[in-house]
Amino acid sequence: MRCGDFRESYAEDMAIFESALPRWLLALFLVGLLSVPAFATTYWLDVLNRIFIAIIAATGLNIVTGFTGLISLGTAAFLAVGGYATAALAGKANLPFPVVIPLAGLITAAVGLVFGVPSLRLKGLYLAVATLAAHYVVEFTVTHWDSMTGGVNGISVPAARLGALSLGDDRKIYFLVLALLVGLLFFAKNLFRTKVGKAFVAIRDQDISAEVMGVNVFRYKLLAFAVSSFYIGVAGALLAYQARIISPENFPITVAIDYLGMVIIGGLGSILGSIFGAVFITLLPELLRLANDSVAAHWPAAMGLFAPFKSIVFGLVVVLFLVFEPDGMAARWQHVKNYWKLYPFSY
Amino acid sequence: MEFLLQLVLNGVVTGSIYSLVALGFVVIYKSTGVLNFAQGEFMMLGAYVCLALAVEYHLPFAAAFGVTIVFMAVLGILTERLVLRPMIGEPIISLIMVTLGLSAVLKGVVQAIWGTDLRPFPNIFPAEPVQLGPLPVSQGYLYSTASVALLLVVFTLFFKFTRAGIAMRATAFSQQVALSMGISVQRIFALAWSIAAVVSAIGGVLLAGVRGGLDAALALFGLKVIPVVILGGLDSIGGAIVGGLVMGILENLAGGYVDPLVGGGAKEVAPFIVLVLILTVKPYGLFGKVKIERV
Repeated sequence: MRCGDFRESYAEDMAIFESALPRWLLALFLVGLLSVPAFATTYWLDVLNRIFIAIIAATGLNIVTGFTGLISLGTAAFLAVGGYATAALAGKANLPFPVVIPLAGLITAAVGLVFGVPSLRLKGLYLAVATLAAHYVVEFTVTHWDSMTGGVNGISVPAARLGALSLGDDRKIYFLVLALLVGLLFFAKNLFRTKVGKAFVAIRDQDISAEVMGVNVFRYKLLAFAVSSFYIGVAGALLAYQARIISPENFPITVAIDYLGMVIIGGLGSILGSIFGAVFITLLPELLRLANDSVAAHWPAAMGLFAPFKSIVFGLVVVLFLVFEPDGMAARWQHVKNYWKLYPFSY
Repeated sequence: MEFLLQLVLNGVVTGSIYSLVALGFVVIYKSTGVLNFAQGEFMMLGAYVCLALAVEYHLPFAAAFGVTIVFMAVLGILTERLVLRPMIGEPIISLIMVTLGLSAVLKGVVQAIWGTDLRPFPNIFPAEPVQLGPLPVSQGYLYSTASVALLLVVFTLFFKFTRAGIAMRATAFSQQVALSMGISVQRIFALAWSIAAVVSAIGGVLLAGVRGGLDAALALFGLKVIPVVILGGLDSIGGAIVGGLVMGILENLAGGYVDPLVGGGAKEVAPFIVLVLILTVKPYGLFGKVKIERV
């Protein structure tokens, strides 16, 4: 029986899986996910797709905010850029999705670079405010560039297609979303085992010492913004392909706040944390809706109370997590794992 | 010319309310280092409480206003005690997120109690306009600007001459020194939050009174005050006042002259474009304390 951590080489210290068992469990879990469309209802497939997309975007936000320490309130704006880029590339230019999705990501990364430039001089609170400004600038652009974005009425997006293959409904696009999710998570997890990822973490922990140790702070900050916006742009593209119509109403500032909530509740600076946070915050309104519907069956007035109820619960969850578990669900998960590792002889 | 004057005048009116709410931001930031993203929700809540007391409980307006102020002061203290006190020493992102969470809760509570429909606000100001030079000006504008000016003077005197005000400035300067001089920093934090809650509520009531109606959109005003405090400098009370007026005028000029060209929305986005420019040129604002640090 394992009764502690025995890491005797650097390779073992860097390993993602401590033993073979979690690797097999993960593989089994992925096979399970692949078989979901065979029996799930359309409603739950839609929810699952939205959860996966949220995980991609939350991972992107976590790269810039959790790992590099640059607070961003621009997530909604970057999602919008990715979504509208998809609408233009797939709708107007009629390109297939293997071209559209990376291009949408790259366009968003370019926009992210532009808004990352203030991070040269700003950090903390001031950077958060600068990204807030970026949000409003993007929002203004998408509502007023009518020829490209359809203005306030929004714009419809064709189904993701490649030759004769057309991913028109939730059941079909599920596999695309899942494949991208797995690929991007794999990349993100490994990014933080490389020089670049470690430079990000060094900047977060102490930017001046990072500079002293030879990390080009400005270049790596911009790179963090670019990688993060690429993730969020891909998420925006998938969102557009899945919803088939996007309008400025899909990207209000509250979306950015939701994503910040996800990475904080999940765990800053943890890939697993982005997954937990995204699942939790996306499922929360769905579960609340179920609860609200069952209450509304007996007390019809509850119907109108759903929106405020959702807002109150979200706010309370965020505040309670920050007060009682500032390290997020990922840290709690680690505690649980550590407890069971030596059960029943833990002390 | 008359159009320009009208725009500037409107700008001064909104700008003065910006200044008042910005004062709340600055008081909290100066003493506790927190940027309160729930300021707009404080405004909205204050205005709704006042409206409910005046209309549903038929209190005379002055009494309703007084009760609102007491209520908001208590709410400010409770917020500090229950939400912000446990966050002392946490990283800045937690501080930002906790006020965002607070704003979601307050928004939800207001919506749950009062709904989302636009409600008429009682006419607290006489309706007929007065002639000011070439321009007819509604009395609401005058009273609102005058009361803001009065409040700003009161607060400036408070910070300069009273014991509590001086203690607050000492705390802002250095918490350790303040503690060693026998000042209760916790009490100062609570005072800062209740001042901020009260001034935002007054701002909310004035704004609803000037507009004649009240709905949840009032809370957006809180986010629009952020460019104001950045322009003035986050830790400068004078900066908040100047920044409010400048931003109010600028916003109305953009609304008057740029909106017809781009088809609306310039009024909302102009402060944020200015914000980005200020941040790249002068990150600590016009009057803020410059922290020299190379990154």
